Amino acid sequence: MISALIIVFREVIEAGLIVGIVLAATAGVPHRSRAVTFGVGAGVLGACVVAAFAGELAGLFQGSGQELFNATILLLAVSMLTWHNVWMASHGREMARELKAAGHKVKTGERTLLALSVVVGVAVLREGSEVVLFLYGIAAQGGTSASGMVVGGGLGLLAGAAVSALMYFGLLTIPAGKLFQVTSGLITLLAAGMAAQAVIFLQNGGWLEYFTATVWDTSWLIKEDSITGRLLHTLVGYSQAPNGAQLIAYAATILLIVILMRMVPQGGQTRPQSAPKAHNA
Amino acid sequence: MKNLSLFAVVAACALATSSFAQAPIEVRLKNHRFTPNVIKVKANQPSMIMLFNDDDTADEFDSSSLKIEKVVAGHNKGAIRVRALAPGKYPFMGEYHAATAQGMVIAE
Repeated sequence: MISALIIVFREVIEAGLIVGIVLAATAGVPHRSRAVTFGVGAGVLGACVVAAFAGELAGLFQGSGQELFNATILLLAVSMLTWHNVWMASHGREMARELKAAGHKVKTGERTLLALSVVVGVAVLREGSEVVLFLYGIAAQGGTSASGMVVGGGLGLLAGAAVSALMYFGLLTIPAGKLFQVTSGLITLLAAGMAAQAVIFLQNGGWLEYFTATVWDTSWLIKEDSITGRLLHTLVGYSQAPNGAQLIAYAATILLIVILMRMVPQGGQTRPQSAPKAHNA
Repeated sequence: MKNLSLFAVVAACALATSSFAQAPIEVRLKNHRFTPNVIKVKANQPSMIMLFNDDDTADEFDSSSLKIEKVVAGHNKGAIRVRALAPGKYPFMGEYHAATAQGMVIAE
């Protein structure tokens, strides 16, 4: 029971923190709960499919199908997070203005909801497939441990959801004007960490063979297996002994997002439909 | 600079080929225990572990120090690439049965 609790808690937290950040980043955007629910639902469904075909997936690409799959969905999430941040940098001011005008409907931001539901879906899929495989393994052994597994898994789910909710409500205490900057920052680090993780999967799959030497080792300070290490790994991509390629991917992602956010025109001039609204204001 | 990066690519390819030239190290997982559970590899040289999962259910070969997470389905096998390691001990586990599935790679 305890092992079920721990493993479910761990995986739920890892996906839940990402959901919490996405929810905070879309505070005030209409239909966002529908988008997030859709993302979670698709993620759970996907997790079951991935778990059911784990053997077949691993067999693809000379035994490296799993690594390629993981790298691909991570990079998909990275590009969606990038898109969201760049879009928000372009429309953030307009949104903040509209949020202040009471009763004014916030239209901007809806556009990147799809991107964020993809991110939520990927997070749930990755962690969820591990939970499914683990719980299925216990269930298959059958008998006495099955009820304990349900209780443990349920408690783990609740505890994980509670920590994620804490993250969300904690972020919401930040004043609306600053919240955008904070969530942009968090999403940038989230994307950078995912890019670095994707690099590891590419290395393990045998596609990326250079800059594999460890650059520094901070395992004496924070172990990646510890709770702190895992939380930092999920949030900012902490790695106890990063290699060169990982660091390059991490830095390049941050640089790319920051440059793109600076480059886009502010105020959403990319959409001609929004022009008349500007006249009214 | 260009020559240097070209050299790096060629060197990397040579390294990669040399790693494939070696036979993979066979490890079996049965009753959620690894055999052998201590795997010796040469330091500073990539190696390959072929994990045969003889159990009915899946497990995940997991090691943060090796930077490896690999799910191997029941009655299936998985090729695990181990990067060139500095001399030392690198613990790993079967994440879904961590109570019994424990092991260690020793690079020397």
